[in-house]
Amino acid sequence: MQAGKLSTYLSKGAIWGFIVLELIFFSVAGEFLSITDKAFMDIDNMLLLLKQSAPIGIIAIGMTIIMINGNIDLSVGAIFALSGIILLDSMTWPIFAGLGNWVIPVSWLLALLTGITLGFINGLIVWKTGVDAFIVTLGSMLGYRGLVFMYNGENPTSHLNWTLVDFAELEFLGLHTATWFLLIVTAIIWFIMTRTVHGRNAYAIGDNREAAVNAGIRVGPHMLINFMIIGFLAALSAVVFYSESGSVNPNDGQLYELWVITAVVLGGTKLTGGAGSIISTFGGVIAIQLLRKGLGHIGADTSTVNLVIGIILIAVLILDRQLNAKGKEELKI
Amino acid sequence: MAGMSKAQIGGILARQGILIAFALFIIGFTLANEKFLSADNVLSVVRSSAILGVMALGVTFVVISGNLDLSVGSMMSFSTIVVLDLHDKVGPAIAIPLMFAMTIALGALIGFLVGYLKLNSLIVTLGMLSAIHGLTLTYSGGKNMDIVDKQGTWFSVFGQGTALGIPVPIIMFLLVAAFLGLVLARTPFGRKVYAVGGNGTAATFSGIPRARTVFYCYVISAACVATAGLIQASRSMGSQNTVGQGLELEVLAAVILGGASLLGGSGTIFKTLIGVLILGFIQNGLLLVGLQFYVQFVVTWVIIILAVWLDIAAKRGKFWSTIA
Repeated sequence: MQAGKLSTYLSKGAIWGFIVLELIFFSVAGEFLSITDKAFMDIDNMLLLLKQSAPIGIIAIGMTIIMINGNIDLSVGAIFALSGIILLDSMTWPIFAGLGNWVIPVSWLLALLTGITLGFINGLIVWKTGVDAFIVTLGSMLGYRGLVFMYNGENPTSHLNWTLVDFAELEFLGLHTATWFLLIVTAIIWFIMTRTVHGRNAYAIGDNREAAVNAGIRVGPHMLINFMIIGFLAALSAVVFYSESGSVNPNDGQLYELWVITAVVLGGTKLTGGAGSIISTFGGVIAIQLLRKGLGHIGADTSTVNLVIGIILIAVLILDRQLNAKGKEELKI
Repeated sequence: MAGMSKAQIGGILARQGILIAFALFIIGFTLANEKFLSADNVLSVVRSSAILGVMALGVTFVVISGNLDLSVGSMMSFSTIVVLDLHDKVGPAIAIPLMFAMTIALGALIGFLVGYLKLNSLIVTLGMLSAIHGLTLTYSGGKNMDIVDKQGTWFSVFGQGTALGIPVPIIMFLLVAAFLGLVLARTPFGRKVYAVGGNGTAATFSGIPRARTVFYCYVISAACVATAGLIQASRSMGSQNTVGQGLELEVLAAVILGGASLLGGSGTIFKTLIGVLILGFIQNGLLLVGLQFYVQFVVTWVIIILAVWLDIAAKRGKFWSTIA
């Protein structure tokens, strides 16, 4: 086997190997350190893990497209919070008073439209001004968060609709509603990225923007659509999450971009664009969630989790660099 | 000025566009509230900008070298907590250099990862943001830190003292700015920073040690963060673990507003100073005319986009013209 092939194989399959390692580690460590007497590999525990992966996971799937494109979106946490507020607050608006439970689809639609609109604003600015997506979304991260706070000050926005809670807690074929949303989103976006022209163009643009322009791809509108997709998915994530919790704090979703980008990078997507896979991102999401849950299982607190996540993120970067540097001529310093 | 290309003239116009907008802003706020330009208010704006400002000065080096630092906020929390904790244990005279050493060690670690291992700075510092936050929480056990004997220590001088009628934080801010301004504009090291950020490969070929230069940029940034942490700790004499959370964004906003390009190779200490002041005056002005504190986020966003747009519009015809 050639060295190049081996490294490709390693970096593609690495995330699943990592998940297996995590499972073994936490199962063994859990036997000695666990604060509960339940086994880590318990089926209920794993199903719960999938459900809890959904909010971050749904956004991470969207972030993968953005990053394959060579962009980044730092405003997802703020979009998540604002869509959540619209979802819960719109249910109490007087104009919808006569709708009864039909208010649910209306509120969903409004929340999703909020996400799409915010994504549209991001995308339009990136397209029309040529300002780097990093700066645009860094700015809108501040700006959208400002809108979140302007909505209700520092107070939470709460409204619990029991029909909605019942729906969120529904189990179909043993999987929770949130898990289904995550799986369906993953499947649809995977299809788009691997089987459609839009997906192929995304890779082309991320790989070499100039070549893509020369090949006749309309880069601007393409990126606009992608920002609308991630806006939609951030809102969908809020819909899934807040249907059950029923209360949005203005600080909700902060640091989501950190978790999401960590999941995407763990899944092997390149920051420079042009490479990445939806399925691997799904693996990245599971790996992150396993880590958070596993560390909790063996009694570690938030501070340790933060520390470990940071270290792993950097370790993955180093590993990735080592694997990909092989065979390439590196400029010696 | 002879020999200036069209793009250069456009760039200057764009930069002045921001200054003109800033001037209009100041005039508007002065008309809306006569206190705005009073000496007291100006002094208080600069004083409250000092912490953010010192950090922005360091990040300017990092950005000019073509990299990013998203970890400065949580690093500032770290140095604040450490110096407050050590103050009661070993006294301020030992606590301060110890805190500086620990913070700079973190900066050196980032510098090693980004400079020598050539890892992507965005992801490295994103990871460090999380890791340093965890480190701070572990260090403090999740508790807030307080100096026990607040009256009987000279430690408060850095945040609360005045010299010749000028608040010490302002003096420290300006001293650091003057020193770093000289380093960047007048030393061989400063030229290397621009060269590395402008074109890393070309710089390497012309014998400039890229890795070492990037490494020192992060060390400088960390030293600035430690200074900011010192001012913060001394001003409040007690702190939460999350005191610096989110500051990295405001810092970057200030640097970008000042006109440093995220692509590296451009920016100056003076411009960053202007960026810091613009941010400070906008926040202050909005509060004075009675707008909600949160509106400043939205306004800052609009201003950042406009600033960078102007900058790019002036440089068009190069990289970004590829966007259809």
